[in-house]
Amino acid sequence: MNTDKKELAVAALRCGTVIDHIPSSALFKAVKILGIENMDKYVTIGNNLSSHKLGTKGIIKIADVEFPESILNRIALIAPHAKVNIIRDFNVVEKRPIKLPDTIVGIVRCANPKCITNNEPMRTRFTVVNRNDVTIRCDYCGHTVKSDDAIID
Amino acid sequence: MNSNSLVSINDISRDEILDLIERARFFEEHPNHKILDGKVVATLFFEPSTRTRLSFETAVNRLGGRVIGFSDASTSSSSKGESLKDTIMMVSNYVDLIVMRHYLEGAARYATEVTDTPVINAGDGANQHPSQTMLDLYSISKTQGTLNDLTITMVGDLKYGRTVHSLLMAMQYFNPTFHFVACPELQMPKEYKEFCDLHGIKYYEHTEFSPEVIAASDILYMTRVQRERFSDLMEYEKVKNLYTLRNSMLDVAKDNLRVLHPLPRVNEIDRDVDDNPKAYYFEQARNGLFARQAIICKALGIDVLNLKGDE
Ligand SMILES: [Zn+2]
Repeated sequence: MNTDKKELAVAALRCGTVIDHIPSSALFKAVKILGIENMDKYVTIGNNLSSHKLGTKGIIKIADVEFPESILNRIALIAPHAKVNIIRDFNVVEKRPIKLPDTIVGIVRCANPKCITNNEPMRTRFTVVNRNDVTIRCDYCGHTVKSDDAIID
Repeated sequence: MNSNSLVSINDISRDEILDLIERARFFEEHPNHKILDGKVVATLFFEPSTRTRLSFETAVNRLGGRVIGFSDASTSSSSKGESLKDTIMMVSNYVDLIVMRHYLEGAARYATEVTDTPVINAGDGANQHPSQTMLDLYSISKTQGTLNDLTITMVGDLKYGRTVHSLLMAMQYFNPTFHFVACPELQMPKEYKEFCDLHGIKYYEHTEFSPEVIAASDILYMTRVQRERFSDLMEYEKVKNLYTLRNSMLDVAKDNLRVLHPLPRVNEIDRDVDDNPKAYYFEQARNGLFARQAIICKALGIDVLNLKGDE
């Protein structure tokens, strides 16, 4: 707990959410998924920090916001090892891994140009078919893609 | 969403497949059963397919129902930029059942999500065409007396041919053995071979259409090899005649072997095969009518097997 506190205190977050252990290459996709660019909250984004597990990692800290589980879990698409820390009064009150949902609604665009989702004003929906390499399949056209290669809207 | 809709053959169970086959058999024995009296069915063909449309419309007519619809998108509201959702919602106000074909993949699945009217997918791009698979299964069951433990040889375009992919997946419940005969450019995709591995289905791959393979088969499922599938036209010229079935090749075949083809054929089956009693592709197309009558009744929740004496 102590080291957590020290590390996270860099941005002196009183309350809010810290998402850690995001692969550097996925950091800006994560920013996009969380919709951070449209927030007026105090946000710190760090990237290319050294990490034992990932080599380099990214970290996102957002003040005064606790995201619903459903949004955080979408991060799992691109950062399956990310950890979420909920901060209250400078303390990490909750620390948990992100969980990949069975179904991904919205967010990912189907790569098949002949897919109905690319031709109708509608939301996409994918089912996770392989949790190890995070392969997802379009519920409409059946096209599969590894989430690393997925087009994130 | 109506749970009687049929979008993909993969959505229905072994028991439902066997039930549809039983119903198809019923309609073959009683083709003019007026159980759709007063019902209106829409056939929405955003992409033209005369063969499939006529088969569905005949099925409805023989059951005493009425048909509205369009046969290609240029005459429909979608050519004016109307979304699929709006077209489906509009038509849903008028009909009891929607049969639709669309050039976009996943269109039928989406249609089921925007309406409570049952939807039958009559083909969505390269994706699914479950009534074709049902008529294939009915044809196999009818000619072999069972779906179980059969050796099925698929020949031609195994890479892009959606009929062979759907048939392969639907056969998972019936312990088949597959032979895949194709040139290197058109082999069965990896995902379907993995599907076989996962379900313990035996399969063998061949580049030669040999007498040994024919002799081992109960069903010979021929498909069209299309020139436009080849990036290298020299390659097409080289292989286009290697996978043609000639009458003499059937000399080694078992008595129960039947030749199937989703039609239309071009030159992958010689005309001299047509008179061989093993040629089954024209009856196969006719079976489509009964399979579609069965699918239509299932979609409308009509249990034909318990209707009696109103013929
Ligand atoms: Zn798709």
